[in-house]
Amino acid sequence: MGIIRTDKLVFEYIRRDEEGNVEGITRAVDEVDLDVKQGDFVAILGHNGSGKSTLAKHINAMLYPTEGAVWVDGMNTQDEKHLWDIRQEAGMVFQNPDNQIIGQVVEEDVGFGPENMGVPTEEIWARVEESLKAVGMYEYRKYSPNKLSGGQKQRVSIAGVIAMHPKCIILDEPTAMLDPNGRREVVRAVRALNDVEGITIVLITHYMEEIIHANKVFVMDQGRVAMQGTPREIFSQVEQLKELRLDVPQATLLAYELQKSGVKLPDGILTTEELVQALTQVYHG
Amino acid sequence: MSIILDHVNYVYGGDTALAVHALKDINLVIPDGQFIGLIGHTGSGKSTLVQHLNGLLRPTGGNIYYNGEDIHAADYDKKKLRSKVGLVFQYPEHQLFEIDVFSDVCFGPKNLGLSRQETELRAYAALKQVGLEDAYFYQSPFDLSGGQKRRVAIAGVLAMKPDVLVLDEPTAGLDPKGRDEILDQIAKLKEETGITVILVSHSMEDVAKYVERIIVMNRGSVMYDGAPKEVFAHYRELEQVGLAAPQVTYIMQALHESGMPVGTDATTIREAKGEILKALGKE
Repeated sequence: MGIIRTDKLVFEYIRRDEEGNVEGITRAVDEVDLDVKQGDFVAILGHNGSGKSTLAKHINAMLYPTEGAVWVDGMNTQDEKHLWDIRQEAGMVFQNPDNQIIGQVVEEDVGFGPENMGVPTEEIWARVEESLKAVGMYEYRKYSPNKLSGGQKQRVSIAGVIAMHPKCIILDEPTAMLDPNGRREVVRAVRALNDVEGITIVLITHYMEEIIHANKVFVMDQGRVAMQGTPREIFSQVEQLKELRLDVPQATLLAYELQKSGVKLPDGILTTEELVQALTQVYHG
Repeated sequence: MSIILDHVNYVYGGDTALAVHALKDINLVIPDGQFIGLIGHTGSGKSTLVQHLNGLLRPTGGNIYYNGEDIHAADYDKKKLRSKVGLVFQYPEHQLFEIDVFSDVCFGPKNLGLSRQETELRAYAALKQVGLEDAYFYQSPFDLSGGQKRRVAIAGVLAMKPDVLVLDEPTAGLDPKGRDEILDQIAKLKEETGITVILVSHSMEDVAKYVERIIVMNRGSVMYDGAPKEVFAHYRELEQVGLAAPQVTYIMQALHESGMPVGTDATTIREAKGEILKALGKE
């Protein structure tokens, strides 16, 4: 069984007016089946309000299913005696780094998680060191977090999660508030955790360029999984993505536009390198 | 009619050991009707700069003139300035507070002391300008989607009838379609009313697509100021300061290096497509 599995997951919430009268019921997640294997890099796309974040919050038991079930490493998230095990195994990183950092010094912040788990002091320090090194922030360990850039703060947040030795990390739009450099730093750190440490990654994002290295992409719409496949399969369907309020990387879009004008290019071009190679072939051939 | 920044400096915490020189000798002329992109890495001084434009921050050195008048002169009417230079902050939807959308947009003009009729006319016009449908006018702003809330917040500023609209990352956190919708609406508004628009953004693709002039901030100084093509030609220098060019610029550069006769200054998909088709003899 995969590290994260959902079985016909449904989440509904009740909308109320100001007096507390029921106005209706919204089904935010609608019969979603996921099966994520240990070591996968999964990306979840979807427009605002498509149910991505609601789905993600089920993975570390911040929300519980209305119907269906969620298992993390074989543990049902509704089983209260596993709550802390699940939160330790499935770490979560949110959009705004300023809301996630509590320590006065970077290394204290990163040590907060393991300290709360009751890890012995020497091991906490060992974990802080290895986590900060994994995200390339070790040289900043004595800094105050408010002296760091957005991308650096977000990497400290990720280090704080890694220090708890999770098997998977769920990142909910971790780059939405960052500048291009910050986005690059965070994406690089996330890829390294997946490649080198084998940590399972679930990345939610609105930036299409960030997911071209994922091995599986889910596209959400109205609480359902509307499309799934490899990045290449997903990005081959430019029109359908646009209908779902999404986008494709610029290289993919340019290739698609050139195809429409009669240039013979393969489908699903993802990167600058692929497009340049295909175009030079057309030019010289 | 313009905004002029003349040797503007700003130092935070000047008399302490932690003084930060956030703006260093900024000299800019912002004429009427331009669509300007303001870019720079986090902490480069963009937000500090825009807060100077309507007098929220007072320069610690230098002067700012709006339509020829020094905005920090003793007898200058700052309230009027703030209605003329409208500032939309990041995540402006956090500032919505009224019971329905229409009342929220009325708040600004009402505080200008306008009549009820004028207030409501302006609120209506502003909501139309941001493309919000009538059906939402009497809903609670909190029941709207992220993109709709943001439009309401922008309408609240437009209802003041500003001559200059400054938007601090108006598309942060929106999905791609929401990004395009908001920016298209702003471009249309600029086209129709001739308003000056200053767009603070982290998306080089968006900036390249919409603006006519880019100002690049780095460590509190203006690093580049020019048309998108001129600015993005310095993509190597931009990378040094945490920025980048749009992906198409890199594609054109790589194509050129691999021997295809294409120009390298394209910054939008449309320009790149035209260049490549020309090189392939398909035009």
